[in-house]
Amino acid sequence: MELTVLGQDDANETASSCASGSCGSDNDQMAALPDAIRDKVKNHPCYSEEAHHYFARMHVAVAPACNIQCHYCNRKYDCSNESRPGVVSELLTPEEAVMKTKAVAANIPQMTVLGIAGPGDPLANPERTFETFRMLSEQAPDIKLCVSTNGLALPDAVDELAKHNIDHVTITINCVDPEVGAGIYPWIYWNNKRIYGRKAAKILIQQQQKGLEMLVERGILVKVNSVMIPGVNDDHLKEVSRIVKEKGAFLHNVMPLISEAEHGTFYGIMGQRGPEPEELQDLQDACAGDMNMMRHCRQCRADAVGLLGEDRGEEFTLDKIAEMDINYDEAMKTRAVIHAGILEELEEKDAKRARLAAASVPSSEPVANTRPVQMAVATSGGGLINQHFGHATEFLVYEASSRGVRFIGHRKVDQYCIGNDTCGDKESALSGSIRSLHGCEAVLCSKIGYEPWSQLEDAGIQPNGEHAMEPIEEAVMAVYEEMRVDGRLDETPEHAELARA
Amino acid sequence: MALAIVDTCVNCWACYDVCPSDAIYESKPHFKINARKCTECEGDYAHPQCASICPIEEAILDASGAAVNPPGSLTGIPPERMAEAMAEIQAR
Repeated sequence: MELTVLGQDDANETASSCASGSCGSDNDQMAALPDAIRDKVKNHPCYSEEAHHYFARMHVAVAPACNIQCHYCNRKYDCSNESRPGVVSELLTPEEAVMKTKAVAANIPQMTVLGIAGPGDPLANPERTFETFRMLSEQAPDIKLCVSTNGLALPDAVDELAKHNIDHVTITINCVDPEVGAGIYPWIYWNNKRIYGRKAAKILIQQQQKGLEMLVERGILVKVNSVMIPGVNDDHLKEVSRIVKEKGAFLHNVMPLISEAEHGTFYGIMGQRGPEPEELQDLQDACAGDMNMMRHCRQCRADAVGLLGEDRGEEFTLDKIAEMDINYDEAMKTRAVIHAGILEELEEKDAKRARLAAASVPSSEPVANTRPVQMAVATSGGGLINQHFGHATEFLVYEASSRGVRFIGHRKVDQYCIGNDTCGDKESALSGSIRSLHGCEAVLCSKIGYEPWSQLEDAGIQPNGEHAMEPIEEAVMAVYEEMRVDGRLDETPEHAELARA
Repeated sequence: MALAIVDTCVNCWACYDVCPSDAIYESKPHFKINARKCTECEGDYAHPQCASICPIEEAILDASGAAVNPPGSLTGIPPERMAEAMAEIQAR
């Protein structure tokens, strides 16, 4: 299977706080996928950056048990305030999960995809997971099913997976070398024994690779998730990307390690750091030569509900579902109409985009090979620069170069210290924002106050409110062009000089 | 002879599924082992299954009250090497 480089963002399966515009940037990557795959992912909010503004997804937490230990996971998962993989508030039985899925699908008709992602490993809970899938295939055939797994039990589950309405499986593969794996997985439960260290990692890796091959043989789409752990597997993930591509995975999602001490994970307690945004970006770029990369993953909870920019789980607790009177046959009719409408709208957008692309024939003048520039954008969705700097909880980072604009990734503002007690030198929320923009030379927003304006300038980042309500890519390109005309592309970026000073 | 689950249990269900004697049951505030049913897996497996999959050190005790998975056994880092391992990890 030929894999072309998907520029970047298409997908975000794990998401929870997507500023929606975030995911709607570069559409070329969907276009680069083979038709058969594009057809399968066009209404999957996690795989199609375009679709995710229109279609919703949900996870049901039916799979508590796990058969391995990862150093970035804490098995004490009952927390409602955290938003990250493996965390859920309410464990469901398969019957409850089906009830919840139907309630969500009827109330949020844009919901097209149901995933089982934990809080443990779905395939280490085969009865609970497959019972849920079996019932849903029967009772809600218009919902796509997907599952994510650590891969240990995958080869044994492939035949059963193939029976259901499942065309996507996500395998978390953090290494292909047992030596590296021994630093990530302290043990696995295998053939009724606990196996430790290198030996455990070797078995896990073999199972993951075998499972990947078996799924590809059966025509089931495979996405690979990897957690980037600085000093452990960061460099190694390039090799992982190359190998999983070779074996036919269609998308690679490299995610940053989450290791806050208060989550109580081994890495958190031991003080293992996560990657800086730039380290993540560089690794994603390095992998992109080999593989379609997914850059929008927001690492959502194992019980997330709704569009990727929101979590509506609170509206669908068991108590609330019990009071709903759902007629799913009727709901399916409504859903079909809504889905067809959305797909039509997406096709129109595609056609429009194609017309625009055809119209903008490159000029015959030689394009100057100017250096690329990264810019941050504050957006609340719709692909527009439409958010006040001070309201942004995350920024989207774009790279402009003589070859055009591409989406690079998102930077959360609050993932940095914002001056609480866990931080030694108390930073203000503002300096937290500025820190999260490291590496960017400009920030585009709808409005910005005087204080952040001058602080951004001091940090070598040019604030820009002149492109409010304009489409992101066009605005980024316009700013890049201004920089070129001003001769600023010939200079060493100011922030680099500041960093050196 | 029976094993027991104590209050460090995080209710992850892993042991429940692998017990060959159906001795483990859901309970509040945590899962428990029915001492009359528990065989410590003798005759079924070389190692007690619950303690072989339990992710929490010291959450399962043997008949003498000793932790089947003592501190350091699951992280692979014995307590006396903790400081050293931490320094190593923080240098990454």
